[in-house]
Amino acid sequence: MEQLIDWISQPWPWYVAGPLIGLTVPALLIIGNKSFGISSSLRHACAACIPAKIPFFQYDWKKEIWNILFVAGIFLGGVIASVFLSNPDAIVLAESTQQDLIQLGITDFRNLLPADIFSWSNLFTLKGLFFFVIGGFLVGFGTRYAGGCTSGHAIMGISNLQWPSLVATIFFMLGGFVMTHLLLPYIMQWVGL
Amino acid sequence: MKVKEKIESNPVECEAPNMGKSGESGWKLMRYLIVGVLFGIVFVKAEVISWFRIQEMFRLQSFFMYGVIGSAILVGLISIQLIKRFGIKTLGGEPIKIADKEFRKGQIIGGFIFGLGWALTGACPGPLFAQIGSGFSVVAVTLLSAIAGTWVYGKFADKLPN
Repeated sequence: MEQLIDWISQPWPWYVAGPLIGLTVPALLIIGNKSFGISSSLRHACAACIPAKIPFFQYDWKKEIWNILFVAGIFLGGVIASVFLSNPDAIVLAESTQQDLIQLGITDFRNLLPADIFSWSNLFTLKGLFFFVIGGFLVGFGTRYAGGCTSGHAIMGISNLQWPSLVATIFFMLGGFVMTHLLLPYIMQWVGL
Repeated sequence: MKVKEKIESNPVECEAPNMGKSGESGWKLMRYLIVGVLFGIVFVKAEVISWFRIQEMFRLQSFFMYGVIGSAILVGLISIQLIKRFGIKTLGGEPIKIADKEFRKGQIIGGFIFGLGWALTGACPGPLFAQIGSGFSVVAVTLLSAIAGTWVYGKFADKLPN
């Protein structure tokens, strides 16, 4: 049993993780005719808590409660994986990426997220403003404007041969390239990394 | 009645819609929680929730994330083809229905905006939940901001090009 836990605790390769993520698509369809999508949960949160008479949030969110439970499950899965199945070693990163990030001021490569950025002490600083507040806002605004995120468009949409989803995915990637290569160096400098 | 008219002008009610006809409650709903738990474990164990992995991806310095997303799409595609070919039904016996995605300008503009945020936060919406669960509690701020972003989109949805 211990050996099994040790084995599971190692980082999983892409050819294990990818197909398992892909299986979520038929799993949700077969369980109850649900289309895989995650960013919708953010919309349901708005519809349930702060609809403010906005037409976009006037719908029967209770019918979509499965989606809220699904993301609650993702949160719990995160808890379980990190408490019981966590990998004690530092993340193995491409050497070139590590070099690039050191250049940009990242010093901590021990965890899945760099502590240089993702810590509470940065909340009320420029780092917090960019990486939490603005970053989060762009994710929430952009996914809803696009009508889906990596799960709803890139995985569910393309799996179902929907060309608008392919368009969305191309622009997700384009946005990411522009941020990483053109904007991030300035932002990192500006926030004092 | 005015409100109702506006809803009709917004044809996409929900992008990951519940196409199930029969209502579900209690334990039946818990099945989605369980799928979510398994999904969250995969996210953390494959390190796809890592800000570093997303940086590797956008710097084209590792195949890893392309392998994950590519093989996920492949498995999803084959599954949907099998479901359609063999007319597989849900556990409750309903025919499986998948809504088509309609093209809108939002997929270009919104997609690009999301991409900017994806590279900053190192997370799309799914990994946000898993990051918080795996102990990066400050990401809860990112999640709240993402909900605020969704709200602001909803507020101005009819004024934006679409």
